[in-house]
Amino acid sequence: MSYEIIGIAVLWLFLYGYLIVASVDFGAGFFAFYAKVTKQDHIINQLISRYLSPVWEVTNVFFVFFFVGIVGFFPESAYYYGSALLVPGSIAIILLAIRGSFYAFENYGSKQSMVYMFLYGATGLLIPASLSVALTISEGGFIVEESGVVSLQYQELFTSPLSWSIVGLSIVSVLFISAAFLTFYASRANDYPALNLVRKFTLFWSTPAIIAGLTTFIFLSQHNERHYENMLDLWWMFGLSVALFIAGIWLIYSKRHYGLAFISIMLQYFFAFFGYGIGHYPYILDPFIRIYDGATHESMGIALVAAFIGGLLLLIPSLILLMKLFLFDADYVKGKK
Amino acid sequence: MEFDTVLMSRLLTAMTLGFHIIFATLGVGIPLLISIAEFIGIKKNDPHYRLLARRWARGFVISVAIGVVTGTAIGLQLSLVWPNFMEVAGNVISLPLFMEVFAFFFEAIFLGIYLYTWDRFKNQYIHWLFSLPIIIGGGFSAIFITMVNAFMNTPDGFTVEDGVFTAVNPLAAMLNPATPTKVFHVLSSAYLTCAAILAAITAFMILKKKTSDYYKKALKLTLTLTFIFAVITAIAGDSSAKFLAEHQPEKLAAAEWHFETEEGADLILFGWLNDAHEAIGEIRIPKFLSFLAYGDFNAEVTGLEDVPQNQWPPLWVHYMFDLMVTIGFFLPAVALLYFILSKVKRWNEHNKGMLSLIVLSGPLAMLGIEFGWIYAEEGRQPWIIRGYMTVEEAATSSPQISLMFFLFLALYIVLGTLFVLTLRKVFKDNPAEEELEKQYPSVKKGDDA
Ligand code: HDD
Ligand code: HEM
Ligand code: HEM
Repeated sequence: MSYEIIGIAVLWLFLYGYLIVASVDFGAGFFAFYAKVTKQDHIINQLISRYLSPVWEVTNVFFVFFFVGIVGFFPESAYYYGSALLVPGSIAIILLAIRGSFYAFENYGSKQSMVYMFLYGATGLLIPASLSVALTISEGGFIVEESGVVSLQYQELFTSPLSWSIVGLSIVSVLFISAAFLTFYASRANDYPALNLVRKFTLFWSTPAIIAGLTTFIFLSQHNERHYENMLDLWWMFGLSVALFIAGIWLIYSKRHYGLAFISIMLQYFFAFFGYGIGHYPYILDPFIRIYDGATHESMGIALVAAFIGGLLLLIPSLILLMKLFLFDADYVKGKK
Repeated sequence: MEFDTVLMSRLLTAMTLGFHIIFATLGVGIPLLISIAEFIGIKKNDPHYRLLARRWARGFVISVAIGVVTGTAIGLQLSLVWPNFMEVAGNVISLPLFMEVFAFFFEAIFLGIYLYTWDRFKNQYIHWLFSLPIIIGGGFSAIFITMVNAFMNTPDGFTVEDGVFTAVNPLAAMLNPATPTKVFHVLSSAYLTCAAILAAITAFMILKKKTSDYYKKALKLTLTLTFIFAVITAIAGDSSAKFLAEHQPEKLAAAEWHFETEEGADLILFGWLNDAHEAIGEIRIPKFLSFLAYGDFNAEVTGLEDVPQNQWPPLWVHYMFDLMVTIGFFLPAVALLYFILSKVKRWNEHNKGMLSLIVLSGPLAMLGIEFGWIYAEEGRQPWIIRGYMTVEEAATSSPQISLMFFLFLALYIVLGTLFVLTLRKVFKDNPAEEELEKQYPSVKKGDDA
């Protein structure tokens, strides 16, 4: 495999990682707020903060990894995306900043106020919406380059059904993934009242999640024929994705094997996300950046891959330790430690 | 319009970095101090030190949060505000940027473990061991990002032909000539600043009549470290100056208002310039600039006359340099004074004047960091990558940049305010004396105050 392909595969994998861990975090924020409004917070908020407190910083690093990595492997993306995304990118930064820091302020500073819970819940939905703009513009047709000036066509972006369907998909996916994880976590903690509630959330959000996925597919076919055709060639990946979705929901519906159910849902997104990504090939940004001519110099590419392998050797044992202590330590999950 | 977007881009970057560096410095240095305190606490079996580590860690979490979010902001902003620069940087110097993320990752994981496992292990050294990866992770974040900055000053490890990179050597780019001295000075000054800030907070508490053993031990520890790191920082700063004389003479010359290339050059402190580029009202130390630059009182030091005038850095960086150096001498002097006072039985080292000086040294140390960076960055002007790309060529062309500047200004004001309010709240609601009693009931309250 060439270093270009390894590079994009690794980056895509990390973006997938961010999709999962950040969805859990973002969705949890919304559910915590919802529970507060409907006076059910005593049931689930303890559960939510026990998981999130030790890992919130790790979530952020997944994202940083992605955007630093893509500039390293595909320097032209800094130029095009950087120029086009000044406004949506800055808005996403500000939302992330509000969320990340308020989390620390409230958690360590004082008891939870309504304003804070609202901000925490709202940013959880707005961040994925603003970040999804980057995915939308990668489809092409939203950026123009005139005499060396790259600019984003806001009018096109805001009137495109594709862009709104991607926003919708990102929001409902966040809620669905998060609810599925919390169901698993509550079952590990043997916390039955919480389990009952989050299980209902999961079942509720499963329908919009699958509908949004299909809608996006349809609008994509109208917007970018080539990408759509490529995805049809990968029909088995999407078929697998739907099958895993059904399996996951069925397990949760019949109140069994919540861990397996969450894994199915993770795999559901894995196949859909990679099917989408592979279909995108050979473009990183349609039509400006292609994987082979947009890549960095070979020596840098190899150095980055080597650094990546070295980094993984360091991180994987550490991550396992972290999960052992907080995710799989039954006493910790149950709140005894 | 053209000029405006460049100016606003510079202001936005300067503001974000100036804000991030406060928390980044804390993020690099505080873990070392926490670790030292915990180690002494376990070794001497002294609950005071262990409590110290715990309380510092609690404050640290809040500063980390802002460090992380502002760091994420600057990381993305570099691409958003300087797309042309990042395209070049991506080709040549992305390796350390990429490795920095692993350092963060490592730090973040162990920080999570460290903060939530205070009482989980029977052997207390296990918990202490978890502090080491945090120190290493934070230190390497600083090392890697400083390498990127060093590259901007002395780019190396690539050749360009017709605007295309033909040979790229990522390791040579990382280990460019500016790297050794810069890394050394950035790390030592971060440790110095954190020691000085914690000393200042302790002195402030004692001034507010909290003279228990707990605070006295904390003060002695932090001032000892302040002194040690101040000496190391001065050595590092001196080697930075020697590096500049060799590789970036215009930066040193601008800092010293040194216009004519000459032997036995004088060191100029403060003062101001008249129209003929002569210093007035300055403090002049004969031949010291030659010594600072080459370790030899008669060496020849390159002056600005040998640099085309359109490539002169702004001359006001002189004040930034002087203020930094002055702070560099003030900090160890204060620590030394404290130890002299405490050695002589008749004098009271906890008198108001002494404590006020210590309180002052905390904010001054942080100002030293800010002045140092402003000097280093402004001294590189007009280049963003010295010799290859100017700041003007690198900036975004997007006119919305002004709006973004004010958005971020508002964000930093909110974050800064909340940071201070939260810290006050955390420690007001939970005074050390009470916590000592709760955590370590064996210790008597406020023993021999
Ligand atoms: C508390 C902070 C602090 C203190 C007391 C000092 N410095 Fe410093 N200095 C820094 C904090 C700093 C810094 C923030 O870390 C800088 C900015 C960029 C860099 O590499 O380090 C810096 C840069 C910097 C540079 C420019 C390096 C370059 O651009 O490559 C020189 C020549 C010195 N310093 C010299 C000194 C000397 C001779 C000092 C005398 C004691 C001194 N510094 C004290
Ligand atoms: C963290 C401490 C730092 C501070 C406080 C700082 C401060 C500044 C300031 C004041 C400027 C504005 C200079 C001007 O335009 O007149 C600036 C510019 C800049 N700095 Fe730094 N800097 C820091 C470190 C870094 C590092 C490590 C990098 C490398 C990644 C970097 C990259 C830049 C860039 C790209 C610019 C814009 C171009 C320029 O104006 O030269 N800075 N910084
Ligand atoms: C010499 C100057 C700098 C130092 C010493 C430094 C150090 C640090 C440290 C220690 C952290 C971790 C947060 C904490 O513990 O408080 C951090 C966060 C961060 N910094 Fe800086 N930084 C510097 C400048 C920069 C610059 C110029 C960039 C842009 C490329 C940057 C990018 C980041 C990012 C992306 C994060 C957040 C990472 C995360 O999600 O954990 N830093 N920085």
